[in-house]
Amino acid sequence: MNKEEIRDVILEIIQDIDEDADISDLQSDLPLRDQLDLDSMDFLDIVMELRKRYKLQIPEADYPELASLDSCVAYLEPRLKDS
Amino acid sequence: MPYNSIEKAAAAYDVVVIGSGLGGLTSANRLARAGHRVLLLEHHHRLGGLATWFKRQGHIFDVSLHGFPYGMRKTCRKYWNRAIMDSIIQLKNIVFDNPQFHLTTTFDKNDFSEILETRFQVPRSRILDFFNTVDGMNFYDDRSMTTRELFETFFPGRSDVHRLLMEPITYANGSNLDDPAITYGIVFSNFMNKGVFTFSGGTDRLIGMMTEELENNGVTICTRSLVKRIVIDNGKVRGVEVDGRFIAAKTVVSNAGILNTVEDLAGIDAFSEEFRESLKPVVVNNSSCQVYMGVKEGETIEDIGDLLFTSSSPQFDAEEMLDRNTKSRTFSLYYPKTRPGHDRYTIVASMNARYEDWASLSSEEYSREKQLMIERCLIHLEQYLPGIRDKCDWLEAATPKTFQRYTLHTRGTSFGTKFEGLEVSRNIFKDVKGLFHVGSVGIIMSGWLGAINYGVIVANDADAYLRS
Ligand SMILES: Cc1cc2nc3c(=O)[nH]c(=O)nc-3n(C[C@H](O)[C@H](O)[C@H](O)COP(=O)(O)OP(=O)(O)OC[C@H]3O[C@@H](n4cnc5c(N)ncnc54)[C@H](O)[C@@H]3O)c2cc1C
Repeated sequence: MNKEEIRDVILEIIQDIDEDADISDLQSDLPLRDQLDLDSMDFLDIVMELRKRYKLQIPEADYPELASLDSCVAYLEPRLKDS
Repeated sequence: MPYNSIEKAAAAYDVVVIGSGLGGLTSANRLARAGHRVLLLEHHHRLGGLATWFKRQGHIFDVSLHGFPYGMRKTCRKYWNRAIMDSIIQLKNIVFDNPQFHLTTTFDKNDFSEILETRFQVPRSRILDFFNTVDGMNFYDDRSMTTRELFETFFPGRSDVHRLLMEPITYANGSNLDDPAITYGIVFSNFMNKGVFTFSGGTDRLIGMMTEELENNGVTICTRSLVKRIVIDNGKVRGVEVDGRFIAAKTVVSNAGILNTVEDLAGIDAFSEEFRESLKPVVVNNSSCQVYMGVKEGETIEDIGDLLFTSSSPQFDAEEMLDRNTKSRTFSLYYPKTRPGHDRYTIVASMNARYEDWASLSSEEYSREKQLMIERCLIHLEQYLPGIRDKCDWLEAATPKTFQRYTLHTRGTSFGTKFEGLEVSRNIFKDVKGLFHVGSVGIIMSGWLGAINYGVIVANDADAYLRS
């Protein structure tokens, strides 16, 4: 997947977690948590969904890499390049 | 419909979940939704564990439906379904009555700030500081500060304020002033978010809806299925033994107590020296006593509040609250509005209790003490509802022995373990491959919300293992 596709996947997963989340004017460099009222349980859901879809294992120590949309994409790009 | 024996279960599963408390139910549901083949086993004839109810002469008594935080709504929507979320409603009248103060509150941050400022004369800035501090607490923060120290920092010498802040939480999870401040902060902030909530229709309806959801997701459920042993070979889980049958499983998620899981089901020999050491400081929490009062059909009682924290003890005293003769109890009132369509009133008195105080009695003493406890509750309740004794046609008591019998938990613990249990529970799969523990541990992972969220966290660990 390329950057754009990864971005869309993340947004789609967030929308599945919270239908009411307003992703229209998300600042991609700012923490998702602050903009969308996501809590640590929501991040766990993202991790579990990525594992289900792409068999990608994200160790707990790497969770902070998922903080913003930009950091998600940067972290996932090399790991999902063949997906 | 769940099977009521192990007979119909298949020979092998991806996951066996032992126990159907809210933690076990949630792990089972998550793992099934993630595509794994799941078998859920429960020794009792009913699912829910401590989230349970029983029927007597037309009355339905809820055991652990006294109140949970608003966060249950989001959690139920995400990990169960929208219909379950939609049945969660607020309890608006929380009453405190003790020698230090009498007040009614919605038990949320706004109302508490107001009460602390006007009734307790605490400066606004101090109140804000306190809320900012507890709201910001995380479980990985420093835990050397005790709740007592936290209170003394913000409200020095104010035993009345300490009581207001602590007493409900002591009932909610058995913690006290000596437990880590972070466990207090996390649980208290959860409640202060929006107040106290309950499940419309009662525990029976909730567990019915969850059972349906589990079956829709393909979970095989067997009740009356006591797991005797978790079979481990070469540091790896192979399955479980139930009623003379061996069921193979790649992973086992145990919702039995953490000590039961390690010592009775897996057997201590399966664990490393290091793990056994880490088990030593684990302390199980206290248990409970309850008195169930059923109001006769056709009789009504006045609305005196939903949840009453009452005590005639001069100050907050966690030891006093554990005493068999405690003067501190909560009354939960269930009006017909709680169970729409069921026109009955029931009242449940809950007290914290020590297992030893009840287990050490002879059977005659035990029956007598139960009767005396019912009597004390009625006398206490007469203060709020004169004539209640004559309106009741069912009175029954439960003790730590009752909780032990139904859940099998070590010393009938109501709220799992103190803080140290969390790490042990989280690390168990690092010691025995494929073995996971879910269920009340570490104070913060107990209660309905804590148990469900922990079910999700553990399901994630188990899923990672299954896909590795
Ligand atoms: C009196 C009381 C009042 C409470 N009030 C509230 C409240 O108002 N709000 C709130 O949020 N929380 C409350 N709680 C706490 C809450 O009920 C619990 O924290 C929560 O339900 C525990 O869930 P759990 O997943 O830890 O499992 P548990 O409910 O402890 O269930 C464990 C299950 O495992 C089963 N099991 C054990 N061993 C085996 C075996 N070998 N084989 C098969 N099955 C086995 C048991 O039968 C049981 O069903 C209360 C608790 C008590 C005791």
